[in-house]
Amino acid sequence: MEHTATLVDPDTLFEDLGRRLYVESQIDIPPDVRQALRDAAARETLPGPRGILTTMLRAIDVSDRKHTLVCQDTGIPIFWITIGRGIAVDGAAMLDALRRGVERATRETPLRSSIVSPLERRNRQTSSGDGVPVFHVEFSNEIDHIDIMMMPKGSGSESMSFLKMLLPADGEAGVKKFILETCVAAGGRPCPPTIVGVGIGGSSDLCMTLAKKATLRPVGPEGRHPDPKIAALEVELRDAINSTGIGPMGLGGETTVLDVHIEQAWTHITLNPVAVNMQCWRGERRRARVYPDGRVEIGY
Amino acid sequence: MDYRLRTPLSEDDVRRLRAGDTVTLDGIIWGIRDATLIRIFDQGQPPPADLRGGVLLHVAPNVRRSAAAPSGYEPMTVGTTTSTRMDRFTRGLLRDHGVRAIIGKGGLAEDSSAAFQEYGGAYFAIVGGAASVETEQVEAIEHVYWEDLMPECLWEFRVRAFGPLTVAMDAAGASLYRDVAAAAQARLAEIYAKLGLGP
Repeated sequence: MEHTATLVDPDTLFEDLGRRLYVESQIDIPPDVRQALRDAAARETLPGPRGILTTMLRAIDVSDRKHTLVCQDTGIPIFWITIGRGIAVDGAAMLDALRRGVERATRETPLRSSIVSPLERRNRQTSSGDGVPVFHVEFSNEIDHIDIMMMPKGSGSESMSFLKMLLPADGEAGVKKFILETCVAAGGRPCPPTIVGVGIGGSSDLCMTLAKKATLRPVGPEGRHPDPKIAALEVELRDAINSTGIGPMGLGGETTVLDVHIEQAWTHITLNPVAVNMQCWRGERRRARVYPDGRVEIGY
Repeated sequence: MDYRLRTPLSEDDVRRLRAGDTVTLDGIIWGIRDATLIRIFDQGQPPPADLRGGVLLHVAPNVRRSAAAPSGYEPMTVGTTTSTRMDRFTRGLLRDHGVRAIIGKGGLAEDSSAAFQEYGGAYFAIVGGAASVETEQVEAIEHVYWEDLMPECLWEFRVRAFGPLTVAMDAAGASLYRDVAAAAQARLAEIYAKLGLGP
């Protein structure tokens, strides 16, 4: 029983976190993304792409100073929740509270509600609806707290989602070609330089989930995959995509992606699935760690 | 070339622009997007304002009600959405409503390029996602038409030094998107060879 602990007043805590994470993720860009954009601006030799990257950095500064959204797209609110070892929490109440937090953020900030019903296109003006916010809930032996990651996923990049159930005979070469082809096909639409998330293996649903989850890792060495083979593949693909010349906003240049992140799962003997999910240059994410004693840490 | 232009634009204003030029705008620009265009073209309702010589912006802003604002709304975050979804409306906007330029991100396709040539129009690329900068260049929301489509209304924005915008598609038929895509496609073959991926 020594691992069991109860969170204090979870209703208020999670509602406040839902509101805070949804708003702050859209105002404060993660430090690794800022660094990658600065590096890219220094690397570009032509004034066009350098100017675009400079405007992006300026937008981040303006939002820091004025405490306003960097982008008008409030996105689809997506929560990635990991519940650690020995945590006792009313999960259903936690998700309800996070949803209320998103609705409050939309009303009180106010934020544009970007969520509609799929057929009638009805907007409740709450950034929520059936199945939205999206919740991914996992459990982990590695942590002793609840980890909540918020991703307000913009539609320009989310529209650039691709899944292909390749054949085993297509091999690793087929996987690489698919990733390169999709990045060229996407062009300027996902607001490059993007963070490209790749899922390899699993079932079709797991493959796409892995691709999206991969975009949450920090850009650069800090977020590199721990498996050296996957890490090498990430670097190889990053450099290959950047050599296509699509560039910032698809208007030409040396920086098409800030990074490529890959997540993998084992798959069926007859399958070779690959999924690509892109995140725009802002790489918006905001994280809370909630400890059993009610302590909360906010980060990226 | 760098141009500073005041809206509305004339055919001459637009025809002298070349892909790669930059443009900075003053005056009125019109915010428009999916639902607004569906109402005009698919549901046959004429636009509630005169768009002749107009510059459109593919947008759906975050706004706040304000008694002091001329339209009853003040801008919070105004930013640009991906144009590709609105591609099929370009020709009608130029031919039937006299629109001269469209500001967007991600670019438009071949029929839009042909329409820009035929009627004298251009596409100006903005830096997508940098809405906090864009918002600083919007002085006021002058009028909001079709409020029931919120946030996809027809927005009349008064802007000052809006840009710099890149002329990405011009009235002579050039398109930076077409050029970049063709070059990337050609590069792919080299990349496949380099990575040993076969044809």
